[in-house]
This record gives sequence, structure tokens and C-alpha cells, in this order.
Amino acid sequence: MTRSKTPVVNDNPFMKPMEWVSLALLVGVIFVLLPMLLDAFRLNLVGKYLTYSFVALGLVICWGFGGILSLGQGVFFGLGGYLMAMYLKLEASSVENTKIQSTPGIPDFMDWNQITALPWFWKPFESLPFTLLAVLVVPALFAFVIGTAMFRRRVGGTYFAIITQAIAAILTILIVGQQGYTGGINGITDLRTLHGWDIRTDSAHNILYFVNAGLLVACILFAQMVKKSKLGRILLAMRDKEDRVRFSGYQVASFKTFAFCLAAVFAAIGGAMFTLQVGFMSPSFVGIVPSIEMVIYAAVGGRLSLFGAVWGTLLVNWAKTSFSESFPELWLFGLGGLFILVVLAFPNGLAGIYRTHVEPRLTRRVKALEPAPAVALPHAAE
Amino acid sequence: MAEDKGNGLQSALRRRLLMGLAGAPAIALMPRMSFAAAPPTSAVNTTGLAVTDTEVTVGILHSATGTMAISETGSIQAEKLAISQINEAGGVLGRKIKIIQEDGASDWPTFAEKAKKLLVNDHCAAVMGCWTSASRKAALPVFEQYNGLLYYPTFYEGLEQSKNVFYTGQEATQQILESLNWVTKEKNAKTFFFIGSDYIWPRTSNKIARKHIENVLKTKVVGEEYFPLGHTQFNSVINKLKLTKPDVIFTDVVGGSNVAFYKQLKAAGIDLAKQTLLTISVTEDEVDGIGGDNIAGAYSCMKYFQSLKNPNNEKFVAAFHKMWGEKTVIGDVTQAAYLGPFLWKMACEKAGSFDVDKVVAASPGLEFKEAPEGYVKIHPNHHLWSKTRVARALPSGQFEVVYESPDLIEPNPFPKGYQ
Repeated sequence: MTRSKTPVVNDNPFMKPMEWVSLALLVGVIFVLLPMLLDAFRLNLVGKYLTYSFVALGLVICWGFGGILSLGQGVFFGLGGYLMAMYLKLEASSVENTKIQSTPGIPDFMDWNQITALPWFWKPFESLPFTLLAVLVVPALFAFVIGTAMFRRRVGGTYFAIITQAIAAILTILIVGQQGYTGGINGITDLRTLHGWDIRTDSAHNILYFVNAGLLVACILFAQMVKKSKLGRILLAMRDKEDRVRFSGYQVASFKTFAFCLAAVFAAIGGAMFTLQVGFMSPSFVGIVPSIEMVIYAAVGGRLSLFGAVWGTLLVNWAKTSFSESFPELWLFGLGGLFILVVLAFPNGLAGIYRTHVEPRLTRRVKALEPAPAVALPHAAE
Repeated sequence: MAEDKGNGLQSALRRRLLMGLAGAPAIALMPRMSFAAAPPTSAVNTTGLAVTDTEVTVGILHSATGTMAISETGSIQAEKLAISQINEAGGVLGRKIKIIQEDGASDWPTFAEKAKKLLVNDHCAAVMGCWTSASRKAALPVFEQYNGLLYYPTFYEGLEQSKNVFYTGQEATQQILESLNWVTKEKNAKTFFFIGSDYIWPRTSNKIARKHIENVLKTKVVGEEYFPLGHTQFNSVINKLKLTKPDVIFTDVVGGSNVAFYKQLKAAGIDLAKQTLLTISVTEDEVDGIGGDNIAGAYSCMKYFQSLKNPNNEKFVAAFHKMWGEKTVIGDVTQAAYLGPFLWKMACEKAGSFDVDKVVAASPGLEFKEAPEGYVKIHPNHHLWSKTRVARALPSGQFEVVYESPDLIEPNPFPKGYQ
């Protein structure tokens, strides 16, 4: 894993040594430690948390690097999740499974709402390849439309955050209001098989967990690639001085749109994996509250750190679950306390703690160990 | 010590083993003593539920936090009261009930997560829980997959029947048909206007009501409007009410929207003493928020009201007030939640086992004569036979029962001709 670095001074390696260590640590924990220590139920829970970290990862790119705060990432998480749920629901609604309905062969909630034929936009979701493609393409397109509309008009900052929030609210109302087509407030429930493979068993949960973890690492590496590329530097530059970048001749809007689309695709992958592991999707992941909660994950982890996003998500959700199991009536206070503590004491989140307290010590030790070429680790723009 | 830490994960299992080992000789030493009445654990529990020689674990899964907490707290209280009464009377099959409470947090996915925890980690013999249809729909696949047992207290839309669920509230036809007959006869109603929150329960209920009105009563529905959950602006629909002047306003608006709706209705000058309003979504709990003055005169249709006059109910209300304070009000769902633990106990005792399959098989036909609402009976379709009552809201926040169905009404979750 840690291909020991060559002594050649490379001022822009793909990852700094400490980042390789972080990656190894993360991989070790989610691939080896947690599966060894946890039973099937807890591991499935961690799998669920990890799906949120896709969203947090997207937020690091678009908020941390690009300076675009989106309070509507739930929209993309939800889109990914719903598209996957549509495929799974159609598979679960075979004529045989639904013979108790007045119209067998369509999803149960459509039958409850007096719909007698499958709507046209549900039809393509009988195909798995189409669904997988749609999970990636539909959110990206949607983000592209929003991004183009906003950034070309130079809508940014708070206004953009508010608009994304409004979009989250609109989509929730749409889903809840069109319950014959979407399952309404109940969501799409009782999903059973993926292409004939029962996703409800413990072994399926295990496999999905590792698929999920693998995808997450792939996304982290991709994000790292973006961060290290010229594009990533332009994003940082844009965040810090947008006008200068614009005056240098860059199309600021396109770069912003790209970051936003990438974040949307990450969120959608998380949403699809969520549906697969949890077995249903509901509008409670689309609205304003979950979207803000997802921003909190990124904030707790540290919005500038890709790894911090994952740790933050795990920490917040673990705290949520364990507080609520131990104190079913008081747990919200505990969670609230945690957020206040993080914001007051560690404004840069977990990654901030690491950077100010742990890293200097480690670097000192590393330097002490190999005193030969004192390569100044570039702290570029962080 | 180091070893202890390494084995931390298995400690639960180990503790259980140790307990079992420690208990074994003790039981052998004192035969025919306190446990003589209780059948051996190996006989009453063949599927690995959390049953020991002295205890059986039951889960409670409601929202203690979030928007639904205001409604679900009553259910939690009723279930705890029922369980403490059962424990005082000697428990179930000689075992005291131990409660594990989880918070669904008004969030449907959380219900699924916690249901799974209660079944897979805690091996609960039964779970009392869920409230909204959405939370039930989210948790249902979990109960079916792990063969759990859920007692669900809320009146709901029907169209569902699961082997793993007992529905202690009314399904839609039980609640609606009788009240529509009553209002047609008593108030000579010819036209109806429906107002509901926009989700599955009001939509299905109104669909059933519409079919009954149009096909059976041969009268007319002059309007049907839906509002998102939590909506608070009802002025436009109130204007429509003034224009159409329906004989009956039929509402199934839920939660916080109720407060706004009745206040605005009153402010718009619609006097519920003259205008008949029939609701299937307001219990004493909701009146607490709406204010008795704002809703006085409206008719509510439920199977239970706190003011019911019968010895069972008087005992129940007194015990409830003693445990949870004099000021707490008891609504329809609270009473239905109270039935759950008793129905489960009776089924276990009839089956002589905690095994879910046996408890389910023993349930149909069980009669519970001490229910606060009066006599109830479990139907083979897992719903309850029950009476329906119509009551008028009083300014005090209580209801005055004006009509009671003469017989128990058969539950019919898949009503032919109403779908």
C-alpha cells in the first residue's frame, strides 16, 4: 500500500506520506477491524453510515474545496436512492407477490392509490443496467441544470445555499404529494431482491457492506485525484478569490458546476447503496433536515479533509445510535451537546484536531527518524 | 485484565452462559419451590427468544422525540402501565416482563433500524410499537423477515394483514361506515366535504367514505381537498366551505395541522354548533393542543373515549392517572396500546409458549373482557372486533358519547367494493 517514496523531491505527489497513512488507517478500520469486531446487525448499521459519508465526501469537494455550500445534498442522495428503489420495487412486485391487489403486478402503493397501470416513467426501471446508469446520470444532469442556472448568473454563497434548500423542500413536497407514483410519505418500502439475489439476508448485507466500502475508497481516491489536479487548484483559488480567477480568463461557472455535479454523483451513489442495504427509501432523506444533517457530518469531520468526512459521518451516526439506545428520551440533548462542543472547540472538525495536534508531533518524529533530506511537506493552501 | 478486554465483545454471551451455569445447580437444589408454577424455559422458548426462568423481554418502539412524540407518548405510557399491571399480577407464564425501550425519533428509517435491533440483538419476544402508517410500513419487512411479533395500536387505513402484526386499533371501515350512517340518519346529511392531510391514511379513508356515500347512502361528496403534513393555512378551503355549504365537513387532518385548522375555522365564523363536522382524526390528545373551546361541538368517531362509562374504563383511567399524573388525557390510540400487552399475555398463556408461531396461532378468537373500551375479540385477520362510537367535543376537552354501535363491528381490512 505505502509505496515508499523515492528520495526525489516531488513537490506535488498524489498523496503526502501522512495521507497514505490516513488512507491505510481508514481501509484497515472499515475493511478489517469493523467486520471482525461487529456482528451482522451492527455491521449493516455501519454500512448505512458509510453511505452518508459519500455525501459528506461530495460536500468536502464542493464546500470545502470549491466554497459552494449546498444545503440540498439530500436531493441527490434521495434521487440515487429512489432510482434504485424503483428497480427493486418493480422486482418485488411480481404478479405472484401482489395477487392480493386489485391490479396485480404493480407496486402496492400504486394499487392503494387507484392506479391501474404502471406509469411510463417507471417502465425503464425494469432493466438493471438502465437503473445503474440512471443512478449516475440523472443526479448529474439535475445538478448540471441547477448549477448552470445559478452559477452563470453568479448566484453564490448564501443565496445558493438557500436555493438548494428550497429545491430540497420542493422535491419533498412533490414526492409526498404524488404518492400514487412515488409512495408518498411512506416511501418505497419492502424491497426484496436485486436481480434475483435476496438482499435481506446477513450474507447479502455483508457483501453489500464490502461493495459499499470499496466504492467509498474509490470515490476518495477520485476526489483526491481531483484535489491534486489543476482543476482542484482552480477550485481552491476560486474559493479564496473568485474574481482573480475570473479575471485570469477562467470560466468560473463551469468549474463550480463541475464540483457541484461531482458532489451530486457521489451523493447519488451513497443513496443507491443506502437503498440496497436498508431495504427502503423515503422522503425523509430528501428534505431540508437530512440535508443539513449531512452538512453537519462534513463539518464535524472537517470540511477540508476527505478522510475527515468519513470519520465525521461515522462518529456522528455512531453517537446518534448509541445515545438513543442508552437514553431513548434524552439522547437528542447529548447529540446537540456534541455539535456545540465541536463547533466551539474544534471549528475545523476532527481533521482540524488532527492537523493542529497530532500531525506536527508525527512530522517531528518522522523527521527525527530520517534526518537526511528534510523535505518541507507542502501545506499548500490549507 | 487484558484478556477481559479482548473478550469484551463476547461478554454478553458469556454473561448469559455464566448466568445459565450459575442458575442450573441452584434450580436443581431447590426444586418445587418458587418456580414450580412456571414451565421450564426450554419448553416455552424453542426459537431463541430472550426468555429466562424469571424474565421475558418485550420491546417498546415509539417516538419519544420529534414531531410524533406528542402523540406517541400516550402509547408508551399505556404500554408501560399494562406491563407493570401484568408484572404485579405475576407476569406471563411465571415470568416478569422486562422492557427494552427504543426511540423511533419520528423518523421512519429509524423505526426499521430499531425494530431490527430489538429482534436481532435483543431477541424480544414481542414488540409494542409503531404509530404512523409510514413507521409501520418501514418496520414491517423487518418483522416479517425475522419472524417478530408487533402489536400496532393506531387506527389505520387497512389494506394490510401480516402474520407478524396484530392491529389493536380500528381499520378504516370499522371507524368510518358506522359514523357515516349515523350522521346521515341523525343530521339528515345529503352533502359532504372532505378535508385531509396528504398521505395514505386520509386518502384511503376518504376513498372508502366516498364509495359508501355514493354507492350505499346515495348522497353526494361536494369537495375533497388535501394538504401537506404540517400545513397551517386553511383559509382557502374555509372559503370553499362557505361557498359550498356542505351538510357535513368530514375531516382527517392530522397532527399539528389540526390546531391551525380548528382555530381558523372558528375565526372564520363557522360555528360547530350549527355546522356538522365529523372527524376521524381527533382524540383527547389532539384536543389538548387544539383547545376545547375551539373544537367544542365537533363530532369525533373513535372506538374509545376517556369518558366512557363502564367499570373497566374507570379502573383504567384511575390507574393511568395514578401512574402518569392527574392531568394526562387518554385518547383512542392510548387505550388501544394498553390492549397490546394483555392480548399478547393471553395468547402466550393459551399457547403455553413464547414462540412467535405458536402465539400467532393461539391468537384468533381470544376474548379480552377487561378492555377499557369493553369486550374485544381477535379476528383471524389479526384485527380486533370492536364497537364504534361517535362523541361530541365539549369545551372541557373531553367528549360526550352520543352514539354507540349496538354490536361489535367485524374488521375488514380488504373491503370489497370499497377499493
